[in-house]
Amino acid sequence: MDLLAVILVDGLIYGAWLFIVSVGLTLTFGVLNILNMAHGGLYAIGAYTTATAVGIYFANGGDAFPLGSYAVMVFAALLVAVVLGPLLERGLLRHFYDRDHVVIVLVTYGIFLILEDVMKLIWGVTPLFVSEPYSLLGNVEMGPLFYVTYDFLVIGVAIVAGLIVWYVLNRTRQGKVVLAVIHDREMSRTMGVNVNKVFMVSFMAGVFLAALGGALTAPMISVSPGISVNVIILAFAVVIIGGLGSIEGAAIGALFVGIARAASVHMLPAAELFIIYLVMAAVLVFRPEGLFPKTEARKI
Amino acid sequence: MSTPEPPGGNPDDIVLQAKNLNKAFGAVTAAKDVNVAVPRGAVWSLIGSNGAGKTTFVNMVTGYLRPDSGTILFNDKNITGMEPRKITRLGISRSFQIPQLCAELTALDNMLVSLGSANEQASFFRSAHSADSVASATEMLERFRIVDYRHRTMAELPAGVRKLLDIAMAITGDPQVLLLDEPTSGVAAEEKYPLMDLVMEALEGANVTVMFVEHDMDIVARYSQRVLAFYDGQIIANDTPDHVMQDESVRRFVTGGAAATAGGASC
Amino acid sequence: MMNSRFFVPLSCVIIFSALVGIGFIIPQWAMFLATMALAKGLVALGIVILMRAGLVSFGQGLYFCIGAYVSGLMANWTGITDIILLSILGILVSVILATVCAKLLSGYRGIFFAMLTLSLSMILYGALSKMSMIGGTDGLNVSAPTFLGFAPEGRALGFSLYFYTCLVSVIAGGFIRVYFNSERGLTALAIRDNELRVEYLGSSVKSAISAGYIMAAAVGGLGGVIAGLAIGHVDPEYAYWTTSGEFVFVAILSGFFSITAVFASSIVLEIVRSFSNLYFPNTWQLVLGVFLLIVILLLPNGLGSLFNKLRRRGDSE
Repeated sequence: MDLLAVILVDGLIYGAWLFIVSVGLTLTFGVLNILNMAHGGLYAIGAYTTATAVGIYFANGGDAFPLGSYAVMVFAALLVAVVLGPLLERGLLRHFYDRDHVVIVLVTYGIFLILEDVMKLIWGVTPLFVSEPYSLLGNVEMGPLFYVTYDFLVIGVAIVAGLIVWYVLNRTRQGKVVLAVIHDREMSRTMGVNVNKVFMVSFMAGVFLAALGGALTAPMISVSPGISVNVIILAFAVVIIGGLGSIEGAAIGALFVGIARAASVHMLPAAELFIIYLVMAAVLVFRPEGLFPKTEARKI
Repeated sequence: MSTPEPPGGNPDDIVLQAKNLNKAFGAVTAAKDVNVAVPRGAVWSLIGSNGAGKTTFVNMVTGYLRPDSGTILFNDKNITGMEPRKITRLGISRSFQIPQLCAELTALDNMLVSLGSANEQASFFRSAHSADSVASATEMLERFRIVDYRHRTMAELPAGVRKLLDIAMAITGDPQVLLLDEPTSGVAAEEKYPLMDLVMEALEGANVTVMFVEHDMDIVARYSQRVLAFYDGQIIANDTPDHVMQDESVRRFVTGGAAATAGGASC
Repeated sequence: MMNSRFFVPLSCVIIFSALVGIGFIIPQWAMFLATMALAKGLVALGIVILMRAGLVSFGQGLYFCIGAYVSGLMANWTGITDIILLSILGILVSVILATVCAKLLSGYRGIFFAMLTLSLSMILYGALSKMSMIGGTDGLNVSAPTFLGFAPEGRALGFSLYFYTCLVSVIAGGFIRVYFNSERGLTALAIRDNELRVEYLGSSVKSAISAGYIMAAAVGGLGGVIAGLAIGHVDPEYAYWTTSGEFVFVAILSGFFSITAVFASSIVLEIVRSFSNLYFPNTWQLVLGVFLLIVILLLPNGLGSLFNKLRRRGDSE
């Protein structure tokens, strides 16, 4: 198997993972106009909740039906979304909607900091391991290399998640309402759209996607403090490359970064740590608002 | 130089010229083969319904929009597609339909910002509130009779004062050409004439060429020497106010029956 | 109203004397804390400069890190340990880099500016982590500084560093105050409000932002030099985004009205950090986050707005 193919497969796997952890961020930005720094924290909470839930599942006879652990993972992500989504959006964020963009980023940065320690208080600092779901599906042989089948499951989930988000936004009545709110908040309000509800549900969807990213990742890593920090920056880079608020952009941005990183791992390992920022800086130099920017109306 | 300019400007001294300007936004034509030559010292108005291309013309001349084709000459210098800042520096200033003020600064500070910007050698050290600067800013506010509002921020200013401040800021750099985008829109009917009088008074003796976008035909008739009527991105009439208001296509596409009668009554 | 020409230098002298006076009575750990707080305050001051033009840099750790590495590498490579020389070099390197970066950054606003500055800083972090010849992720040790040939040790070293830090902080603060009051300073505030208008008045928004960014880099580099010397060690974490996050925190806490407030906020943050490290080692970030939310909610213009209100009340009486 030649190097190019290896890079493509690795890049695809990594890109799929990146898409899952960043699509919620771009969705939240698209609808609520909030660049949510707490996204990384929500991802980590998804991972922790999954680790705990899957652990409980296997401790209580889950071995009899191990595939059920996948349902447990999704359920864990849902739980995080239902509990934290309304709490953060209704309880905190809505008080800052009329403030500057950057101020809201700082508010979410505050939330991020708080979540970091809340996680330590709940789950402690010892790493958690739940590798069962990861090894469950066995390996795939591709030429001389083995890939864990789970990695391809991640690609599947990325595609499904992307399609669902796209379908809901563009093909359903509720989605059209959301698009209307994105387009003109005030106009939608006067047309009788319950903007508050749209905000809350969209934010919950964003939290769910973040937590789902964490849930999928939990079996692959040791779940420990600090996993949120890197993810938030990766997700930021992806959505900025794609153009803030654009789902397609996030997909292409994730693929871009995924392949760039895979290429760097195989060809220029020294650059692995910052290749993503290089890609981001390079894209922004040529496309100052990312690949798929929001269009803005004339100001004067 | 001692001979006063004839009313309507000196036709031999063209300060601003637009040649074959075209601009489209997707399928919408905002400018179609626009040709204008404005003599120095003239006061012209631009009329036309919304979307006819008046503001697009102003935006192209001042560099906010780059025309798809055509050239704009200022004192015979090609300024097409130049950055707004550079065009301002050359001597073309503008005001805005919605006043563009610095919302969190007081009226005086807004004036000081324009004074500081008018000076190319704005300093990193010299205080913005030096006695000299404050005196000239205050004097400018006095000229527009808004000096009483000098310590108020934008949220506390009445609409008419905002308009005047916006125009005053545009005048600070001693422009040769001043483009006013709907100076009287959003101003109470009885304040429109006083506002225009103030602006014209402030410009007196400076030999500034003025082009203003206006919907009120009485204002057009009273303050401008010549009218450009826009329709669908084109200039359909370019004549004195009397003639333009009699013009068949202007009556049909721009002023409508009622406005034409009003215009006629003022003749 | 006091004659404004003498107001800034006079305040500088008074504040400096007070700081040095305090230095004689506080214990050594507090002196170190104050030195670090002032050094970081310098970096935060850079963010405040940009905030006045409506921008937030989430990557000032870049210059903090560069300053610190300059102080470490210079001693190792050339044997230069003089603090003044190191400061000048740190500022110089920062300014040169910032001049290049400003060309790229001055076209960006809001979140794009924040994220681009962040990514530049993270590129440095990644690069330094991989450079094993200068310590990689472990970083390197920084030799103790000398002061114009004077090589103090122990408490004298701590005090000399503190004295020097107070001096440069007050000088930098004074200059930046003069800039804030200047024509260019007012233009920056106008850009924050209405960039379009400023451009239409004939001022270059890009060059104003570049100037602010370069000034911010200069104080950031200076802060880095001092922090590196004070800690005696430097590693890539200086450029990590969470480090930059703390500088942003200080800037938000202080607001952009008062320079004294920037240093005061930095000191508050360092004190809170010390106490939480001591008493709640696992909830430092929780404290920080709650603190940040409260400040944003209750003091939208930062601590500096409190100072200003008090001052205004003083004026009207």
